Amino acid sequence: MKAAVIVFPGSNCDTDMSYALSDFTDAETVDLVPYTAESVAEYDAIFLPGGFSYGDYLRSGAIARFAPVMQSVIAEAEQGKTVLGICNGFQILLEAGLLPGAMKRNKDLKYICRTVDVKVENADTRFSGEYEKGETLRIPIAHGEGNYECDGQTYETLKKNNRIVFTYEADVNGSTGQIAGITNEAGNVLGMMPHPERAMETLLGSEDGRRLFTSVYRHWRDTHVVTT
Amino acid sequence: MVNVHVYITLKEGVLDPQGHAVQNSLTALGYEEVEKVNVGKWLRLEVADGNNLDSRVENMCEQLLANPVIENYTYHVEREAKV
Amino acid sequence: MSLQLEPTAEEIHAERLYADIGVKDHEYERIVQLMGRKPNYTEIGLFSVLWSEHCSYKHSKPLLKQFPSTAPHVLQGPGEGAGVVDIGDGQAVVFKVESHNHPSAVEPYQGAATGVGGILRDVFSMGARPIALLNSLRFGPLTTPRMRYLFEEVVAGISGYGNCVGVPTVGGEIQFDDTYDGNPLVNAMCIGLIDQNDLQKGIAAGVGNTVMYVGAATGRDGIHGATFASEELNEDSADKRPSVQVGDPFTEKRVLEACLEVAKSDALVGIQDMGAAGLTSSAAEMASKAGTGIAMNLDLVPQRETGMTPYEMMLSESQERMLLVVEKGKETEIEVICEKWDLETAAIGTVKEDMRLTLTFHGDVVADVPVTALTDEAPVYDVPSEEPADFREHQQRPVWQPQSSDYNETLLQLLSQPTIANKEWVYDQYDHMVQTNTVVMPGSDAAVLRIRGTEKALATSMDGNSRYIALDPKEGGKIAIAEAARNIICSGAQPLALTDCLNYGSPEEPSIYWQMEQSTAGMSEACRTFDTPVVSGNVSLYNETNGEAIYPTPVVGMVGLVEQLDHVTTQPFKQAGDVIYIIGEAEPAWGGSELQLVEDGKISGQVPTMDLELEQARQQQVLAAIRAGLVQSAHDIAEGGLAVALAECVMGTELGADVSMKDDVAELFAETQSRYVISVAVEDAEAFEQAIPAARCYGTVTDEKVLRMKTTEGQKLIEQPTDELHHVWKGAIPCFLKSKA
Repeated sequence: MKAAVIVFPGSNCDTDMSYALSDFTDAETVDLVPYTAESVAEYDAIFLPGGFSYGDYLRSGAIARFAPVMQSVIAEAEQGKTVLGICNGFQILLEAGLLPGAMKRNKDLKYICRTVDVKVENADTRFSGEYEKGETLRIPIAHGEGNYECDGQTYETLKKNNRIVFTYEADVNGSTGQIAGITNEAGNVLGMMPHPERAMETLLGSEDGRRLFTSVYRHWRDTHVVTT
Repeated sequence: MVNVHVYITLKEGVLDPQGHAVQNSLTALGYEEVEKVNVGKWLRLEVADGNNLDSRVENMCEQLLANPVIENYTYHVEREAKV
Repeated sequence: MSLQLEPTAEEIHAERLYADIGVKDHEYERIVQLMGRKPNYTEIGLFSVLWSEHCSYKHSKPLLKQFPSTAPHVLQGPGEGAGVVDIGDGQAVVFKVESHNHPSAVEPYQGAATGVGGILRDVFSMGARPIALLNSLRFGPLTTPRMRYLFEEVVAGISGYGNCVGVPTVGGEIQFDDTYDGNPLVNAMCIGLIDQNDLQKGIAAGVGNTVMYVGAATGRDGIHGATFASEELNEDSADKRPSVQVGDPFTEKRVLEACLEVAKSDALVGIQDMGAAGLTSSAAEMASKAGTGIAMNLDLVPQRETGMTPYEMMLSESQERMLLVVEKGKETEIEVICEKWDLETAAIGTVKEDMRLTLTFHGDVVADVPVTALTDEAPVYDVPSEEPADFREHQQRPVWQPQSSDYNETLLQLLSQPTIANKEWVYDQYDHMVQTNTVVMPGSDAAVLRIRGTEKALATSMDGNSRYIALDPKEGGKIAIAEAARNIICSGAQPLALTDCLNYGSPEEPSIYWQMEQSTAGMSEACRTFDTPVVSGNVSLYNETNGEAIYPTPVVGMVGLVEQLDHVTTQPFKQAGDVIYIIGEAEPAWGGSELQLVEDGKISGQVPTMDLELEQARQQQVLAAIRAGLVQSAHDIAEGGLAVALAECVMGTELGADVSMKDDVAELFAETQSRYVISVAVEDAEAFEQAIPAARCYGTVTDEKVLRMKTTEGQKLIEQPTDELHHVWKGAIPCFLKSKA
């Protein structure tokens, strides 16, 4: 698996994401790809990291969504390639229209950095295959605008089609339906606010994030490597 | 050159926690007559005047300045008074 | 045009206009002497900022010289952007603390945010990647809307800037006291990590080399910030609001990444942040350190506003700007890197042999000053010092006796004091995990960061209890260093070195200068005992409001090295059945204690004594026991004494504690120094007792969520469910903030 971690100006979880992939999966290459890149077609999976792209000025992700690399990211996503956006990456995917809904400021208007309980709602996606449905994960959140908002109809659709992959066990930021992570209709694009790349080692408090990355890797292997 | 003033607010029905916070604070300061506060953004664009100014500005709002999922926008064009 | 509006050299002299920008009469005369003529407006501006306390340390230099600053492991002591300490394997740790008190008092969000920005630049200008931020904050009681506003905005400013740049804020400390009501303190510390080969210095070496400007354009913000920081606050301070700079963390992040790339280029000769006193201090200091001169054409300085004068450009404290000296002919290398990060660059000058700072503007020479006159010739004052009457008075008072009889109630009261209470409300707003190295999060004695690719980690802590120092500056100074070192020890690390931020009132007041002398003498003595040199620091004087000075508040930021990750130790108890040991005897010295403050509303009398030899011996014993794997948890006994320390050890766990002790209020709440609460697994108890003969067994960790303290005769002293303790401790600060009164 060739993985691309996109570096926008202001990304700051890019190296953390890159470590998560290179140290904990068997990915063949993990490249930090600059926002100016014209194409990400050569990669099997594309990762949009957390941070404050373009300072999060205007709205989180609003400016990054127009970064040169995004045309190719959108094209690859539409062709079914694996795209994962975490935190600011999720916000960019929302702004880019690859996922439905929008982010608002947290309900208490404060940035929150804390490890929270995240529930696996759907273990049947390429991002969550190694989890059990209903399992509770300890994963850090770190965001000021993670209050997921969508209209009632969108919410019903997300629910009905099992596109809600993760929810918070407690109402941490005001998100509709305590949503922490959703996929697109085709299931190849996931956006989530919690930071699995920060939950890779017990030394740092939790290793519950590992299986997200190994799920992605396993999905790629199962669909691309011909066993002999 | 004209000045285009763009106002971006949360859509009616979308919870506005900043507005709530400001209103509570005003109430605490004794301004009990304030019944609702909405917090939004104001942008001033200096734009070369042209034929399709309005449609261009609307596109700017829809494409980048506002997020139509949760936000509304209005704008007005300020032209310098001719002397 | 505006140049013509500036006063002439004659007018500056005749109308004493220099006084308006903080230059004293005799200083002006000295400037005239050094220059051989009267300075023009731009020139007097240069002197006013470089000769301000903030840049010249003119009142504190003799005191700073007392501090030990060298050791085999110190690679760079004070004088550069930050201190540098060897941590082995060719790596080094780079760190410094800096105050942003005055700006934060008038505009708390931006003041705190730009404080963070400035200290980050001090570290990455050395070529080091910032890996951690800490901050030490002092506020008045949270009982007024204004103080709650200052507190919330300062925290928001730190959070807004640090989080965006992507450097974790891993620790720090906050204290609340009436003394800071008019003059809160905001001290920010940054730690960076570097391969020793990549170390950079702020020097303008190599005649003919190019002086390059990188980063945000210059505006009129923050003009005279350094001078402002060297004055006391009064009712007019709010009017000085334009002095406060606005930070742009997004630009900072790009400047950071660009500078770290630039630092790897051979084209780079020297680099320095345009911090306090902006272009003036960076240019003058870089030339001074290299023994060169710099000629700059101010027309080439990137400008954000129109019609800026040389005076304004030189004194602007616009943020996120760096000054580089680049090998002639290799400018493009730097430009290419900066362009990649979408940053503006401009070649604005040249390194000269003449040791002068020469500025041209619109074709005219607007300033021509010997560099040494600006830097080395800054005055140093021998200030009169006088022991204040109340010091003797406090020493001679009869020993203070607490009135407390309901110990349960007292413990709950202490836990709800904002200084002791849980600070989660604060650090939840700081991204303390980004970069994924934070092993011990905020809230423990010290934060711990692993060093990726090694088995090592860094421990760091900020401390400084000003109440002790107010009553007894020398003893208090020793305690400040000792407590920082003790916190580092408790985390399993050997203290290496420290940075300090010396916050005081006006040094021109003899009793305050005496406080400075005494406290720095105590600190120096402690630093020598622990072999922890002072490698960087900052002095913030004139912390006064309407003539009322703050308590003397030197703040210590210490860094230690954990040799093996499995040495990392934290304060919570780990498992039921472990034996609880206390090291150190409690003594009834209550001056400056939290209990005294709770009961009397003020502090008085004698502070706990500090036996540095004993402290050092215990620290090394505890560290040895930790390294031998005998320790489950370690916590020092500080504010609120043993009862609070034990409560902190059970917080957030599913455990309780059962201990017995003498029936003595000092045992429960005294803040006697050099003491620890340590829990040890039963099977290691014997070995632990041999390792630390002074350790006394007080009881055991239990699986019942109750803290029980009783006399050796079995009489109840304190019995509280852990959940109740936790509720009070955790709820105190949010409760203050919700109050509308």
